[in-house]
Order: sequence, then structure tokens, then C-alpha cells
Amino acid sequence: MPHTIEKQRHIIDFTLASLLRRRGKNGALFTVYTLIVFILASVMFFTYALKEEAAQVLKGAPEIVVQRSLQGRYAPIPLEYAAKIRGIRGVMAVRPRLWGYYYDSVFLANYTIMTAESIPLPPGSIAIGHGISRMRRAYEGDTISFTGVDGKARNFTIAKILPQESQLLSADLILMNEDEYREFSGLPPGLASDLTLKVRNPKELTTIAEKIVKALPDSRPIIRNEILRTYDALFSWRGGLLIIIMSAAVLAFVIFAWDKASGLSAEEKKEIGILKAVGWETSDILFMKFWEGMTVSLTSFLAGTILAYGHIFFTSAALFAPVLKGWSVLYPVFRLTPFINPGQIATLFFLTVVPYTVTTIIPSWRAATIDPDSVLRS
Amino acid sequence: MILNPSILALLISSLLIAFMVLYSALYGAQILRRWDITSGSELQLSLERKTYLISTILSYFLGIQLISLFLFIFTVDSLSPLFVGAMCAVGTLTVNGFGYPTLLLKLVNFILAGLWLIINHADNAGYDYPLIRKKYLFLMMLTPLILAESTLELFYFLEMKPDIITSCCGSLFSPASRGIASEIAAAPVIPMKIIFAVTMGLTTLSGTIFILKQRLGALFATLSGSAFIVSLVSLVSFICLYIYEMPSHHCPFCILQREYHYIGYPLYACLLLGSVTGMGVGVLVPFRKIPSLSATLPGFQRRLALTSLISWLIFTILALRPVIFTTFRLE
Repeated sequence: MPHTIEKQRHIIDFTLASLLRRRGKNGALFTVYTLIVFILASVMFFTYALKEEAAQVLKGAPEIVVQRSLQGRYAPIPLEYAAKIRGIRGVMAVRPRLWGYYYDSVFLANYTIMTAESIPLPPGSIAIGHGISRMRRAYEGDTISFTGVDGKARNFTIAKILPQESQLLSADLILMNEDEYREFSGLPPGLASDLTLKVRNPKELTTIAEKIVKALPDSRPIIRNEILRTYDALFSWRGGLLIIIMSAAVLAFVIFAWDKASGLSAEEKKEIGILKAVGWETSDILFMKFWEGMTVSLTSFLAGTILAYGHIFFTSAALFAPVLKGWSVLYPVFRLTPFINPGQIATLFFLTVVPYTVTTIIPSWRAATIDPDSVLRS
Repeated sequence: MILNPSILALLISSLLIAFMVLYSALYGAQILRRWDITSGSELQLSLERKTYLISTILSYFLGIQLISLFLFIFTVDSLSPLFVGAMCAVGTLTVNGFGYPTLLLKLVNFILAGLWLIINHADNAGYDYPLIRKKYLFLMMLTPLILAESTLELFYFLEMKPDIITSCCGSLFSPASRGIASEIAAAPVIPMKIIFAVTMGLTTLSGTIFILKQRLGALFATLSGSAFIVSLVSLVSFICLYIYEMPSHHCPFCILQREYHYIGYPLYACLLLGSVTGMGVGVLVPFRKIPSLSATLPGFQRRLALTSLISWLIFTILALRPVIFTTFRLE
């Protein structure tokens, strides 16, 4: 066994020296390879981190949300529904929620308005998210005006700016008192935007949802897991789509690698010829080619992955965030939490190193079976 | 089909592998028909060169197959939130009829490819390629299995339909009785513990006898093969329960997760290595009488047996550690 290791060590030594001798050619390969890994890794890290972020956020979401649909579209839900749902066995609590959107025509941005439940607000005052505060340059104590449903402007005092930590959720949020919100938005008393449910046993979620649909046929219960599932599928889909688009680049890279590997220069052929003439076997040359591929692949893979890590988690994916995050005027400024698992790395490996390696098998074998006699003679 | 990066990676690599194996099978067929070691013709020379290519392709295949086996399980596991009722990989594998057959073929192909490489190594040690026909007949058998694996995997992923919210119809489409088995039926614990202990004991004993006396090779190989199956059943039956410290969680895939310190990776790696090398000893037994191999084969077999024994030993230690040292008790 030590003999085998020693032998491989010498072959690696030789391979490294020979790689360094041809700096230009290998440098070009390394650069392109690193770039490909970098792009794919960035896509994957970003979508996974967003997925994780969404999952974290949804952990606090209600287990079931009940909406009402009218004409196949979402509509406010009567409060009597809450009483009916409360009667279903297993439902611990039902709370009506009031919320809606507000379009600010001056700043061309959409806000989300909700009624404040956890934060006590004095009459005539509101709490706003960091994004709105930043955009409208409005701070605690300032007065801000919004146009209500009747076209009249109303003034509100800012009682509080929502903390920055929850930016992804609260950047565009406005919290208001309930009666003020009804007056502002025109939502009649007796109606709510939707209902949130608390359920004692999570295994009963589907049963309860089915009972709600049976009792109230125009309602649409949404279970938290369904939302999670949808987000999961959506982010994976976006990532997969980008990877399919980039597969053209991977293909180009593979052709480039094929070309580099099969187009041996006269000098390289001569080198292999001499090696075989001095006693190297075909399998030794194949080992050499294997280590050559490994060195290039692993170096580029590592470099590309590290660069992508920096790109996503330190610069917040400066290059392609707009595509993956979605479109909005009020961008929350946030830094993603690093989230990487072995599966991601293995996926990345399969998308880059495996195609490269498979492409170079035949060219390496061709090089390894060169006839020393014919090379040295020519 | 779900457009997920890991699924794409698996499909691309399985496509590449299928293509490469098909390519080598074509040359394998040529070698089977035209091989003539006594001839010095140009064709014979090129066929001799082709054997290098085929063994290189198969060695790469084996490496890729090992990683793809784990990536497959990982991917399937990470997809479980997309299906109602699926808690982990077990549930996702049952979303359609192609899941388990794919996994099974992946395992079988890994072992067969490993055995092929062992025969190949033995063959290369003899100066006159004594096993060349057997080796390529074996490859002919292996090729359809690998193609079947790629096809099954493709269908498995194509047939997957995630249960997600439809945008406005508001229908609750998740009937609770869709019947994904999120648990696997398991063999009874106490008989399984005895069978596991006996099999491991006999395997170790026969392996030691083989290393010392060069006898009972075929028995050792058979026992290694059975140990593979017994270990898989034991994992589901009781080993996993001790690792999770939960009396009803039989999943053999969750041990690959971080919560359990990735203990599944060394476990499965030892399991696969132990059975491949152990069975390799047996596959080589009939060839010991071939004159050009009689010098090298016994040493090679002994090394294989030693590797196999060490793998089984590590596997057993890793598997029994939670059984013995945790306070969790099944009985």
C-alpha cells in the first residue's frame, strides 16, 4: 500500500509541475471554469437562502388562514364566519385580520396597511416600516398624510418606526388602529380581510380545513404548510429555470474543455511520448491525466464556490437579485443568512465537475495511448 | 416534473453516464467478437487500447455513482415538503411507482460496477488478459441495468407533481387519505438482532479464516452478500431506532441528516465497501487456477478480504454504539 501512495504522489508532483509549465493554457481554462462554478453556485446559494428565509418567516404565520372567495376572487369575509368556525372541534382560537394595500401615487410605491394588535397606538397615530420611513424621510413624531378611500387626505402622527431586523416583512408596512383603518379604507363594519385560526393538534389541520369548506362553501382555507410548499416549489423553480438558461454556458464550457483536452500541442504529445519511452505505462499516463483534471476541477470549484459565497452573503447578490427576488419599488435592504448544506455542494459538483470530467475521459485516453515511436519520429 | 437544481444535476449526470456506458458497451461487444490475443493485427492493438478506455470509464462511473446515490437520497429528502403526507425521503419515494425501483437499481449497479472493477483489476494483473471475455460479458449484463436505472430515474422525476396552492380557485386539494406511506414496515426487533449478530459473527469468522488459511472464500463472499441485506433490514428494524432514540421511526434515510451527525454516510459507505470487496473475493475464487493469475490473485484476494473485514467491523461498531451506549431501550 505505501508503495502505491508513493507512486501516486510522484505522479501528482509531476502533474503539478507540468501544469505550471503551461500557465497560459491552464490559466484560461481555470478562469472560465471558475466563472461557470461561480455563476451556478451563486444561483443555488441565493435560492436556497431565500427559501430558508421564507421558511423562517412562515414559522410565525398562522396555521390556517381562511379567506372568502366571491366570483372566484378574493373578497372580505363576514365576521359571523368566525363564530361558525369557532364551533368546529379542535379550533382553539379564531381572529379576524384587517389589512390591505395602499398605493402612494407620489412615490409610486405600494404599502401594506394592517391593524395594530400587538403594538398599542394612540388615536391618530401609526407605526411605519423602515422602508417607508427611508423613502419618505419621515421619522418618529413627524406627521404623514395618506389619501383615504373618499379622496380626502388624512394626517397621521408616526408613533413608531418598526425595527430593522424584520425588514423583509415590514419594510413596506403601516400599522393603524382598527376603527381608523375601517374609516380610511372603507371596509364596512362586520367584515374582515381574512380569519386566522389556531389549532390544537397539527395533525387535524386538513380535517378542520375540510370541515370549514363543508360548512362555508365560499371560504378558502389555506394551511401554512401549503404556503411553505408553494414557496419551496417557487424558489426551486426559479433556480432551476436560471440553471437551464445557464446550461447553454455550461455546454459552451464543456465544448471548450473538450477542445482544450483533445487539442494536444506537439510539445505535449512529445512529452507523453518521452514519458512512455522511458517506461511510463498507459495507466500511469491516465493517472497523470486524472490528477490533472482533479487539480484543475477542484481548484476552480473551490475558487468559484468561495467567490459565490462572498457574492451572495456579503454583497447580497448584487449581480442578479432583481431577477430572483421579484419586482418591487420598496426594496427591503437585507443581508441573507448563510445557509449551505452538503447537498448543495454535491449538486454543484454534479453540474460542473462531472460534465467536465466525463468530457475529458476520451481525450485523456487518446493522449495516453499515443504511440511513443510515432511521436518521437515525427 | 419539478424544476429543481438537484434534480437537473442528477438527470444530467445520469444521462452522461448512460451515454458513456453505452459507448463502452459497443466497444465491449467488438472486443467479445474480435479479441484474439495471439494476433498482432492493427485491430487487436486498437482493441487492447480500448480496454484502457473502458476500465477508465467504469472507474469514473463507480465514483460518480457513489456520490449520486447519496445526492439522490438527499434530493428526494429535501423534496418531501412538496408532498402532502411525506415526512422525509420515504414519503417522497412513494409518490410514484418509480422511486424505490430507482433506488434499488442504484444500489445494485453500484455493487455490480464495483465487482466489475475488481475483476478488471485482477485481469490486468495477468499478462495474457485471461478474464477478458468474462469481463466483457459481465459488462454486457451491466449495461442494460445502468440504462434502466437512468430511465427509471427520469420517469421518477418526470412523474412528480408537487401539491402546491393553485392561485385562485381556492380549492383544498390535499385529501388526507392519499396514502403516502411515511413509515416503512419493519421486521421484528429481537429475531433481527439475533440474525444481525450471527451474520456479522460468521462473516468475521469466515473472513479471518480466509485471510489466514486462504480457504472458505466462496462462503465469505456469500456471507458478505447476506450481511448486506441483513444490515439493511436491521437498519430499518432496530439500528435506526436507537440512533433516533424513537421507538417508531424506522426511516433509513434520516440518519443522513445533520441532526444525527451525518452518521448515515460512514455507515452506508462501510456497508457498500464491505459488501463489494467481500463479494469480490468470491467472484475471483474460480479464477485462482488460471496460470497467469495464480501468482497475484491470492494476495489481491487477501487485501480485498481485509478491506471487507475492516469495513464490516467499522459498520458494526457504528451500528451497535447507539444500541449499547444510549439509555434508550426498545424492549
